[in-house]
Amino acid sequence: MAGIQAVAAPARMLLSGNEAIARGVWESGVRVASAYPGTPATEMLENLSHYPDLYAEWSVNEKVALEVAIGASIAGSRSFCAMKHVGLNVAADALMTLTLTGAAGGLVIAVADDVGLSSSQNEQDSRYWGRFAHLPLMEPADSQEAYDMVATAYAVSEQFQVPVILRLTTRICHVKAMVSVGKRVPHDSAGFVKNPRRWVMTPGFARDRIALMFEREEQLRAAAEKSPLNFIAAGRDRRVGYIASGPAWMHVQEAFPGAPALKLGFSYPAPIGKIRAFARTVDQLLVVEELEPLLENEIKAAGIACHGKDLLPRQGELPPEVLRPAVARLLGEVPPGTPATARLEPAQVFPRPPTLCGGCPHLGIYYTVARIPNTIVAGDIGCYTLGSGHPWNALDAVVCMGASMGMALGLDKGRAETDKGKKILAVIGDSTFMHMGMQGLLDITYNRGNVTILLLDNRTVGMTGGQDNPGTGRNLYGTPAPKVDFVKICEALGVRPERIRKVDPYQLPVLFKALREETLIAEPSVIITDRPCVLIGEFKRQPSYRVDPDKCSGCGGCVDIGCPAISVVRREKVARRTGKEATLEFAAIETAACTGCGLCLSPCAPKAIVVATPVQAINFVKS
Amino acid sequence: MSNVTNILVAGVGGQGVMTATEILAEAAISLGHDVKKTEVAGMSQRGGVVTSHLRFGLKVLSPKIAPGEADIIVGFESAEALRWSHYLKQGGIVLMNTARLEPPVVSGGLYSYPCDPAAQIRASCIEVIAFDAMAIAKQLGDLRLGNSVMLGAIADYLPFPAEVLLESILGRFKARKPEMVELNRRAFTAGRDTIANLVPAEA
Repeated sequence: MAGIQAVAAPARMLLSGNEAIARGVWESGVRVASAYPGTPATEMLENLSHYPDLYAEWSVNEKVALEVAIGASIAGSRSFCAMKHVGLNVAADALMTLTLTGAAGGLVIAVADDVGLSSSQNEQDSRYWGRFAHLPLMEPADSQEAYDMVATAYAVSEQFQVPVILRLTTRICHVKAMVSVGKRVPHDSAGFVKNPRRWVMTPGFARDRIALMFEREEQLRAAAEKSPLNFIAAGRDRRVGYIASGPAWMHVQEAFPGAPALKLGFSYPAPIGKIRAFARTVDQLLVVEELEPLLENEIKAAGIACHGKDLLPRQGELPPEVLRPAVARLLGEVPPGTPATARLEPAQVFPRPPTLCGGCPHLGIYYTVARIPNTIVAGDIGCYTLGSGHPWNALDAVVCMGASMGMALGLDKGRAETDKGKKILAVIGDSTFMHMGMQGLLDITYNRGNVTILLLDNRTVGMTGGQDNPGTGRNLYGTPAPKVDFVKICEALGVRPERIRKVDPYQLPVLFKALREETLIAEPSVIITDRPCVLIGEFKRQPSYRVDPDKCSGCGGCVDIGCPAISVVRREKVARRTGKEATLEFAAIETAACTGCGLCLSPCAPKAIVVATPVQAINFVKS
Repeated sequence: MSNVTNILVAGVGGQGVMTATEILAEAAISLGHDVKKTEVAGMSQRGGVVTSHLRFGLKVLSPKIAPGEADIIVGFESAEALRWSHYLKQGGIVLMNTARLEPPVVSGGLYSYPCDPAAQIRASCIEVIAFDAMAIAKQLGDLRLGNSVMLGAIADYLPFPAEVLLESILGRFKARKPEMVELNRRAFTAGRDTIANLVPAEA
């Protein structure tokens, strides 16, 4: 990544959509860039931190990130803000008034939808925000377009004094493709101009701006009609004409090379005139858009007949293997199988869900939580969401970032008579706590909730690949930053000091005792663990363990930890003295994957787990 | 698009699937091909399934390989090779590591691991070349060499000379870890030789 700026421009490089956008942002003379990490958007800011002459930051959440970008724009500088789709929900409050103030320095908001849910809790369509906030929206179809569109987006942003939404999907952000890049054009800040009617959105001033917003939308519609980002690819087979945007465009080109197609890169406001003209040139129109039928509905509302979600799914991607049979049905042809396929049906293979890493500090937490009887556990967003999986099955509800806090309070206040004895737990990570969890904790203490909170500080944003946050003592550049003290924050938010405990998550008996005690006390308590994620540099590997097969009694105690380094090598059915049948599980430890955390030692009844003689170990941490 | 070569690399998070595909991509780029590379790896380092699609040729449109269109499937793990085998086109080839990585749901007894994934793929009349890449890497003294062993194994099945791929591997190490250049050359050669010796025996 550090090599990006070293390549002499203009040059052709293999770049992911995120890398291409970072390059475009830097070349556009952006001065301020902000984001909160989130798959698939994370790498935009990570890459920007490698470029000179701009300020980039990890913000504590997406709302703050957008507000930072707004401030920089008001200051007259070009600014950039990136987030995943659910992040824009968090930032929506800022967005919906930002559309009234508009932008001074060019402002581009890159929002990445996770179409196909590779790593998200929902699959929403961020193109709604263009319509909801009356903002222009652009959708690239690959890395080159993403790179090119950044420059266009800044030009549009400044011409119309409006923030521009650059809508991406996982299939743009994480696809690497060839990109021809250019040179940076510095863009000096115009300076702050005091103008309360423009920037202070009291009802009186906002009222005037609403009319201007609608005027601007019509001007943008005219611009979209003329934009070269909306173009027609000619084709001879006029039986079906396609309208597509985003990655669906590439899939249409792949599936129907001979067909006429209208590409919408500047897709909102939709260029209805261009669409109408295109529709006249084809027999039937098929709108190929991922997720919601937004273009389809607008096209139909304009009185233009078209097909769309009557033939195509509203969920997931629209690759050629989905498009071809749908169009065959439209044309009344026999749906093509995949004639060249060697094996028609996918093989039945066990699922391989992502799981916690070997030696992960969360393993002991979920092992313990699963052994506390009579609980309801509200979880949160991060690696520790994996605690809902096998073998822990330790989470009962997960919704969005920070929600564990409020949900736990609601579970407490709303409990039925039959749930009176239940212990309510909330599990949240360090970065998520600062993102949106702190307010929830304040609500718990303020309203005297009876909730036990597990604050799992693994000193990084783990799930997105190990980003820094205010708890790590480092910023986006990896340079020292003030480090948050979680104990002090919890105290300041109203948790009594006696009810805040720091516990080593690898000390199972201590952890169990702390959880037992705190869940029995009817007031808010916080148990903080602070051992590092095994994927970050701070993690120190210990000598690996192995199972002595002569001593293993098959008790299965170590297997229950859920460590991926531990596996069952043999099962045996035996009759217990009581006459009941039991299954013995004889275990082994994959020494190369064992980090030596020692979690499996105490559940091992026969003490069969011993230090392995030094063997070569796989190092998880990227060098 | 018939002028496009489709290579699907499949494995488990942490095995180096994405790096291997990146190296293949670099080799294709060095020959002037248009290249697109995409992966489905939401939580790639968490032991989940990872597939990386590499497409190169004159002009690549969709970055995704459709089922039934892969020229080569490179399986870094046995069951993963089987899981994605329906992506292979007729006349394509599966090159796979015989290593078996059992996830906790298998080890915990919830699901069973297929007895012989390579045989199961072969049963669909697919050409399969299976070998133990990890054993070779271990012999050379470093499990991380498995990646170069795998790349060596497929080197003679690519539409360009094996040396181009080797150069692209070594180029990486020359820049970052020059002390690893020789070891990786040996790993690549070992993988390549193993396959060369395997194939006549099977034919």
